[in-house]
Amino acid sequence: MTEVMATHQASQEKPAKPRQFREMDHAVVRFAGDSGDGIQLTGSLFTHDSAVLGHDVSTLPEYPAEIRAPAGTRAGVSSFQLNFSSAEIHTPGDRPHMLLALNPAALAVHLPDLMPGGTIVLDDDTFDTAGLGKAGFTGTDPREDGTLAGYQVYRVPITTLTLEAVRSLGLDKKQASLCKNMFMLGLVAWIYDRSVTAVEKQIDSLLERKTTQPATFDKYREQARANKLAFRAGYNYADTVEVFVCRYTVGKAKLPPGTYRRVTGNEATALGFLAASVLSQRSLLYASYPITPASDILHELSKYRHFGVRTVQAEDEIAAIAMAIGAAYGGCLGLTGTSGPGVALKTEAVGLAVMAELPVVIVNVQRGGPSTGLPTKTEQSDLLQAIYGRNGECPVVVLAAHSPAHCFEMAIEAFRIAIRYMTPVFLLSDGSIANGTEPWRTPKESELPRLDLPQGVPAGDYQVYARDPETLARQWVAPGTPGLEHCLGGLEKQDVSGKVSHDSANHQRMVELRIKKIQGIARDMPELTVFGRAEGDLLVLGWGGTFGAIHHAVERAQQLGLSVAAAQLDYLNPFPANLGSVLRSYRQVLIPELNAGQLRMLIRAQFLVDAAGLNKITGQPFRTSEIELEILRLLGVQNVGREDPLSPGKGVHGTMDS
Amino acid sequence: MTSQKYERKDFVAKEEVRWCPGCGDYAVLSQVQRVMPEICDRLQLRRENIVFVSGIGCSSRFPYYMNTYGFHTIHGRAPAIATGLQLCRPDLLVWVITGDGDGLSIGTNHLVHCLRRNVNVKILLFNNRIYGLTKGQFSPTSEKGTRTKSSPMGSIEQPIKPLSMALASEATFVARASATDAKTLQDILLRAACHRGSAFVEILQNCNVFNDGAFDSFAATSVRQDRSLYLQHGRPMIFGANRDRAIRLRAGFPEIVRLDEFPEKDLLVFNESAAHPGLAYMLSELDEQAFPVPMGVFRCVTRSPFGELLDEQIETAVAKRGAGNLFDYINSGDTWRVTAPQGS
Ligand SMILES: Cc1ncc(C[n+]2csc(CCOP(=O)(O)OP(=O)(O)O)c2C)c(N)n1
Ligand code: SF4
Repeated sequence: MTEVMATHQASQEKPAKPRQFREMDHAVVRFAGDSGDGIQLTGSLFTHDSAVLGHDVSTLPEYPAEIRAPAGTRAGVSSFQLNFSSAEIHTPGDRPHMLLALNPAALAVHLPDLMPGGTIVLDDDTFDTAGLGKAGFTGTDPREDGTLAGYQVYRVPITTLTLEAVRSLGLDKKQASLCKNMFMLGLVAWIYDRSVTAVEKQIDSLLERKTTQPATFDKYREQARANKLAFRAGYNYADTVEVFVCRYTVGKAKLPPGTYRRVTGNEATALGFLAASVLSQRSLLYASYPITPASDILHELSKYRHFGVRTVQAEDEIAAIAMAIGAAYGGCLGLTGTSGPGVALKTEAVGLAVMAELPVVIVNVQRGGPSTGLPTKTEQSDLLQAIYGRNGECPVVVLAAHSPAHCFEMAIEAFRIAIRYMTPVFLLSDGSIANGTEPWRTPKESELPRLDLPQGVPAGDYQVYARDPETLARQWVAPGTPGLEHCLGGLEKQDVSGKVSHDSANHQRMVELRIKKIQGIARDMPELTVFGRAEGDLLVLGWGGTFGAIHHAVERAQQLGLSVAAAQLDYLNPFPANLGSVLRSYRQVLIPELNAGQLRMLIRAQFLVDAAGLNKITGQPFRTSEIELEILRLLGVQNVGREDPLSPGKGVHGTMDS
Repeated sequence: MTSQKYERKDFVAKEEVRWCPGCGDYAVLSQVQRVMPEICDRLQLRRENIVFVSGIGCSSRFPYYMNTYGFHTIHGRAPAIATGLQLCRPDLLVWVITGDGDGLSIGTNHLVHCLRRNVNVKILLFNNRIYGLTKGQFSPTSEKGTRTKSSPMGSIEQPIKPLSMALASEATFVARASATDAKTLQDILLRAACHRGSAFVEILQNCNVFNDGAFDSFAATSVRQDRSLYLQHGRPMIFGANRDRAIRLRAGFPEIVRLDEFPEKDLLVFNESAAHPGLAYMLSELDEQAFPVPMGVFRCVTRSPFGELLDEQIETAVAKRGAGNLFDYINSGDTWRVTAPQGS
């Protein structure tokens, strides 16, 4: 079908049998348009519909860095990619099968990513001289100059048709053309054989959520009506004009039974912290200073007042962690969240929490650095900052979430460890996890860990730094406890008594004790599990948000019969106790990271393993194919062809994306 | 809460006090310990519910010497740490101990925002107009020309006035006392403790090692009566050892008048609870050479503290939506069910 070039104009000669369904195991669709076009909403509606239909889904939204970048320019393009599948998936997909572009700039920015032979649906109305000019096409039109050769292109006058569709409502032109995205959604819904009423219901439920204020109800009801008209018009257009040569169906995924909801990483993080508060029966204080891409955690937790959650928008990141430490000192869950630049500011305070041995959790939703860097792009370059970025020998626990839904689990785990071991814990997330979504099976209470550890009042003569022999944690005694008045602080502590001490031998002992306490936590962590054989030629070791791409790439390599396994580190300090033996079970180790080789340095230093790195620092997540290619290269395999559902005979996945 | 009668000694920690002999900090410690029983009595408070949070500096060693809960934190951040503590534990009486470097240099930001939010903490700023702990560099309150190791030719920086800053930060309780004036200091400490919201108290404290005599020109026992203006709510601002002079405003600016030349009924009356902070600001900005130095409470107004407002929101949310249930919450809204067995 790649050779078929159907354009709107060409539709005069109707394709002979245009309505066949083609079965695919997964489909990757990217919506793109101006940041004012409602792209994220469209993507999110389509994702929800896909998830409800039983597909596994994974998404990748991308926003422009500027809030109000000039309309129609490449800088102002916003996009949303969805991968929906009949099998379990872990990535939003490398290259979209289908690109929907609401203007020339969106086409220009995203065309390079489109799969060879892929499908393009574009709003033909926007390709006028002005539109082309703003997108940087001068004197040339990509629709006509051969740029789109080899793709299946559908030129639909989306703007005109949308205005027509909502005309009966008497909206002004600006309001009316805001419904373009819904027309586009209608087209896609038809192409992928979706139920019109299900999507319309979603539009209505969106309306309900927005109309908590009676004053705005009419406005939103009007909007919903217009949106539904445009959506239906798009669907009907596709159904009647017989332009589209093919429709696609994707089967349901075999997901474990249960209740599901779709979560972004930041939502799951917030819910996980809420759960930690509920499970520990301690009130939660979240203090944070707004920063991309972490702000949504603040927004989310601020909605949980009815759970007793206290949030403070602090004056800066130092104040934010200071407030969290104050809460922890008071016997509550002290939490702060930020991105790399904010962590840089918090470092001195983290040291205080280490010295005072107080449980605080610090979330770092990593973004491109250094300095202000790339605020809206993703990166994993704060690993060493989390592990080492403080003055003195200052060990803390470092955890990483590896997918949006996984954030829930790790947020609980962060507090479980913090409380049990009286230590600060870093939880690393990143921009793509934070904004990406996936289905999340909501857990039952019995599936969650217990955090309500017995916290009795110490008997006898209270020693502030007396330690539990097993965990080496001191006891958490908050103000209000009669008779145990004491003073904590950042000055070195006398072992056991906790009094200020400048004694040199004591200092060495305390430094070693603090290190030992953190290292000992490895005994209380799950062992590192390996996807694939327990030994072999190559281990692909990752951490954090690279999980999906690594897993998928290794899966594909295994299908080729290669001796490859994958393992993802959710625990970075300390490492899982079996990491050394896992590493030694493979002839080679590859560590793909979105940084210049931070985990690799740690692995080499600690285990003397000559691990190879695959380092991408473009602000973009890994593509499966990039990792797959590196696996093949390391194993000396070349040119392995495999079919892609949308471009039969074309996709040579092993080598195409270099 | 069971009330208990405390004595001064109940607040004296076993810890040996380690300030330089003659340091003004001793006097403050002693007045705080002395007034604590009465504070506990008035607020029906037990000792274990009192916390002193400090930053870094000589003065910030204070919590070690109080037989209460204490937290000696990091430089400048005590107001923020105290904020987190107070919000989570409204049952505690939280004090902040800070210095002119700790509170007005590295930690200015937190001080401003703590006061602006009206967090229910009691802030004692020990102003010795010098960095004591780091051995004598000039501070943000040092007078111009102060010669120190880091300013051998004299400081060229304009000093900041702590009370002016507190007022500009919308503080609801602003007061000043000298460490050497036991009576005034105790009165103010008591009022600060009972104030609803942030209380900011500047305590003039002599560092006899690095900035000896910084306040002698008006706070030395010999001149104190004559050079101080003791503010009294609802009274004219009369001062002097013989109470023969007063402050009044003329064309918007303060001037000193002699009572024998000026009828008392025409004097400006001091009002600490005026909604507008203008009068308090005028007083905090008085040139200390040309005018008497005001002591006492500059401003005391009522505004809901941050913690109370936050907890009111929680109550409102619970009333409106019911107390949150995690498992109901995550299973409501846009969810769908996957049933087993599934697919082919
Ligand atoms: C981050 C940091 N920077 C610098 C210091 C060094 N330091 C400790 S106390 C201090 C100044 C204290 O002055 P002040 O607040 O006036 O207190 P005083 O010692 O005079 O009571 C400085 C600069 C520190 N402890 N931490
Ligand atoms: S250096 Fe000054 S402020 Fe510090 S203890 Fe000595 S006298 Fe007091």
